[in-house]
Amino acid sequence: MMELLQTLQQLGQELLGPAWLPVWTAVKILVVVVPIMLTVAYLTLAERKVIGYMQIRIGPNRVGPYGLIQPLADGLKLLFKEIIIPSGSNKFLFIIAPILGLAPALAAWAVMPFGDGMALANLNAGLLYLLAMTSLSVYGIIIAGWASNSKYAFLGAVRSVAQIVSYEIAMGFALVCVLMASQSMNLGDIVRGQQGSLGMLNWYFIPLFPMFLVYLISGVAETNRAPFDMAEGESEIVAGFHVEYSGMAFAMFFLAEYANMILISFLTAVMFLGGWLSPVPFLPDSFIWLLAKAAFFLFVFLWLRATFPRYRYDQLMRLGWKVFIPLTIIWVVVVAVWMQTPLWVW
Amino acid sequence: MNFETIVFYGFAALIVFASLRVITARNPVHAVLFLVLTFISCAGIWILLEAEFLAITLVLVYVGAVMVLFLFVVMMLDINLAQLRKDFWRWLPFGAALAGLMAFEMIWVLGSAETSGGKTAIRHAADYSNTKELGRLIYTDYVYPFEIAAVILLVAMVAAIALTMRRRKDAKSQVVSEQIATKKADRLRIVKMPSESKAANQLSGEQK
Repeated sequence: MMELLQTLQQLGQELLGPAWLPVWTAVKILVVVVPIMLTVAYLTLAERKVIGYMQIRIGPNRVGPYGLIQPLADGLKLLFKEIIIPSGSNKFLFIIAPILGLAPALAAWAVMPFGDGMALANLNAGLLYLLAMTSLSVYGIIIAGWASNSKYAFLGAVRSVAQIVSYEIAMGFALVCVLMASQSMNLGDIVRGQQGSLGMLNWYFIPLFPMFLVYLISGVAETNRAPFDMAEGESEIVAGFHVEYSGMAFAMFFLAEYANMILISFLTAVMFLGGWLSPVPFLPDSFIWLLAKAAFFLFVFLWLRATFPRYRYDQLMRLGWKVFIPLTIIWVVVVAVWMQTPLWVW
Repeated sequence: MNFETIVFYGFAALIVFASLRVITARNPVHAVLFLVLTFISCAGIWILLEAEFLAITLVLVYVGAVMVLFLFVVMMLDINLAQLRKDFWRWLPFGAALAGLMAFEMIWVLGSAETSGGKTAIRHAADYSNTKELGRLIYTDYVYPFEIAAVILLVAMVAAIALTMRRRKDAKSQVVSEQIATKKADRLRIVKMPSESKAANQLSGEQK
């Protein structure tokens, strides 16, 4: 595999010379982004199927066998729909908002370690980069809410921003615990720190179990998914910040939301469940483990949506500020003390 | 001109343009967004300087948190531009003097031999961690200034909360622990009664 890549690189160097670097970078980006987009497409189908079966329905089953071409049909439909720009809106910001929402969700994948040494960018400050990128995605929502010149959109944006900013803090502190346990901000090193002879017992979800839960729940809140989907709240503010969007512009928000879900699932797997590492010592480590772990968390996202009613806004804020943030700060101290004792075996 | 220089001038031009637009944009929301653009371009220049920790923290803290809250407030304000510009000429000399002073200071610091002249930046090895070095310095050599800065921020936060906190007399709130501790018996009374009565049976019999 590595030899094949090397011969390919050499061939490209000879063929294109200095223009090879941007071409090769573009190829690497495509190799990551295209599967993400495909996953997003089929995640929408999986969501409808899973929730369907949980509610004793069948879900989409008309387009193709078992409804497998449904995402394509949905995409085509959205592509051919007219993009309506409200008359009182700020046109430039209205159009750029969905792009600003999607771009950070994709940019964050640059540091994702898919295997040992398999990442687009092996950043030393990878964890910080991820936090920075996820905190940028809020701009798409807030600009969309403001530029639409609609009260519903604005209320949705305000709710969403307050929610994302609140849960980011808990998420950051949960990651500080991971950072302390692994003593590195490089995501590859974080995974390698969870390597050991005991398989899954070496993973960080055991010493950091409360942080694991906090991170997962904050991840659900951060991506504005049910039961924390106050930003959409279709029964109160008719879909919130993207109420004025149609066609492809709406699809971009949709893509961003699902790309963020996939990102959070992969990150939870990398930070707490040992990324590409195998859960038992006798099986080899492989990229497939990472996929399986991420797929499980994606299923949890859908499961939560089918199971829980929407939180009330004050309950959401209470959970974020009065439960998660104190808990994470206490756990930072607990881990710091724990690491000084011989009882720390991770 | 190598690639780095081109990138530097690109980011620098973007910073100058965006910061000029911050003070000239008519719409306050646009001004805030231009400020965001300025910060991101600054982060780009810091990345060029291999100060990746500072660059990412700038994006994380200022762009991701501070400016979002800024935008949040500015969007909800009803700003009257005419009133804001009324005193423009009155304050212009003061502002110009301050700007001149700052420009002079910067030229002085950057141009003098002691602070920057004659020294060239050292390139670090690829495994050099900016973050680790900064952390080591902050928690050893500069631990007191760091602690004092933290305390000042805490005091400022307490002061801001104390200034704006107003308790409404008719404010309603919920006691969550009581809500969670509620048992079925507190809310629900189950009444046992026969599912059918004689009178109802007779009535339905007559209808048949």
